[in-house]
Amino acid sequence: MTPPGRPDLSPSTPAPRPDPTRRDVLRQGGLAAAGALVLAGGLELISRRPGGRPEAVATTPGLPARVYTGPYDTKEPVSALADITGYNNYYEFGLDKSDPARYAGALKTRPWTVQIGGLVRKPQTVDIDTLQSWFPLEDRLYRMRCVEGWSLVIPWMGFPLAALLRRLEPMSGAKYVQFISLADPKQMPGVRDPVLDWPYQEGLRLDEAMNPLTLLAVGLDGKVLPNQNGAPLRLVVPWKYGFKNIKAITHINLLAEMPKTTWSTAAPDEYGFYANVNPAVDHPRWSQATERRIGDLGRRDTLAFNGYGQEVASLYTGMDLRRNF
Amino acid sequence: MVPATAIGALLPLLVLFADAFSGQLGANPIQRSEQQTGVLALSLLLLSLATTPLRLLAARVNVRLLWPAKIRKTLGLTGALYAGVHLVIYGLDKGFNPLGLLSDAVKRPYITVGLTALILLIPLVLTSRKDSVKRLGFERWQRLHQLSYLIAALGVLHYWWSVKKDHSGPLLALVVLLVLFGVRLLLQRRAKRART
Repeated sequence: MTPPGRPDLSPSTPAPRPDPTRRDVLRQGGLAAAGALVLAGGLELISRRPGGRPEAVATTPGLPARVYTGPYDTKEPVSALADITGYNNYYEFGLDKSDPARYAGALKTRPWTVQIGGLVRKPQTVDIDTLQSWFPLEDRLYRMRCVEGWSLVIPWMGFPLAALLRRLEPMSGAKYVQFISLADPKQMPGVRDPVLDWPYQEGLRLDEAMNPLTLLAVGLDGKVLPNQNGAPLRLVVPWKYGFKNIKAITHINLLAEMPKTTWSTAAPDEYGFYANVNPAVDHPRWSQATERRIGDLGRRDTLAFNGYGQEVASLYTGMDLRRNF
Repeated sequence: MVPATAIGALLPLLVLFADAFSGQLGANPIQRSEQQTGVLALSLLLLSLATTPLRLLAARVNVRLLWPAKIRKTLGLTGALYAGVHLVIYGLDKGFNPLGLLSDAVKRPYITVGLTALILLIPLVLTSRKDSVKRLGFERWQRLHQLSYLIAALGVLHYWWSVKKDHSGPLLALVVLLVLFGVRLLLQRRAKRART
């Protein structure tokens, strides 16, 4: 109310706002709901990683469980096959853990030849099926520890690398074994991304290669190795971090000099040539003291040499394993 | 507007819970949910930081947008919530072992940075109440909440240092943060000059 004597400056009483009609309310509600969905959808798009556990490898019912009671087999329970074949680091097929299971089907594993050369008396190019026929295949149940801090127990099938190397007769100057993988951008979409220097390369010292644990794997759980696990030929060195276990091998060479390895080239202060599993030597950015066994909720202590110290520690006596990481 | 924003921002959390209970999070559910909540926290924080530049850009073309300012708080608070969930999952990952957590915070730079960002969020969350501006005075309140740029930057660094090789996510976050900061700086300077 204006006080007496003062001019009336109050605005004229505005017309009362009509009550919102039902249509207004619905429109407001609809817009709000649409807004909420747009926000939620956008957030999901940005943050979601493909999930699920593809049943990429079906277990055949009725067949007896394979036997893993040899001196090199672990007594720990084998990991779920769905995890072994669905949770893979194989950047040639994409950076996500579920990409290899999704895209590795495009890889043609036959015909496949392995070129063997370097300082051997019997260099040759051999067809994979012929190579496989040279040696009796063994089942080995090994732990595998990824440098990222997770691990699996995997039922490999293959033959010792030592058997192949003995057959090739390495020359006296040979000190290292080099492995090279396939890098075909037509079959492997990830190869078009220069995230790593393709083709993937790895190497072992000759005595590491000759160790009875070192395997060339051609199968998993008694069946042919799935593509996402490194078919048709894959290296298994269970006391080293997973990235040393090169997949889809096309070349094996015996060398006098230490070969360069892909991850060590990509980040030399983070990934070394030896890459022995070692809880006492951390990755520069994260701890290596514990790991998650896939399938477990909690973490467990990481073991020196991934628990294979009895078989391999003698290879490194006197070596500074912090400098030679 | 505010409830819709809150619901939209929290729907991914519900989906994450549902996925966790139905075993849809893959072979490493803790790592997956840790990573997703982290990205959601940073995304919402960046969205909150985008509201003022958006309003300023619209004003430059004589469009008056009122809704960005209205949802700014909701976006920031839900982002802080996701950061809290992210911390809890990380604690779970370490078995809530206090020695392990402390050792990580001190020895791993990416954890130090992430923890700092989270701690800095606390005073911002506590001063998000309706009367906070009045109690602090606008200038002090505004300066405190400008910390959100630092928090976002620390979040980006934490993200960058935590990935093995795929830097695409952290790079995108960095670019967005720089653009938002740049736009805000530029347009506020112009607005100030126009007023004087």
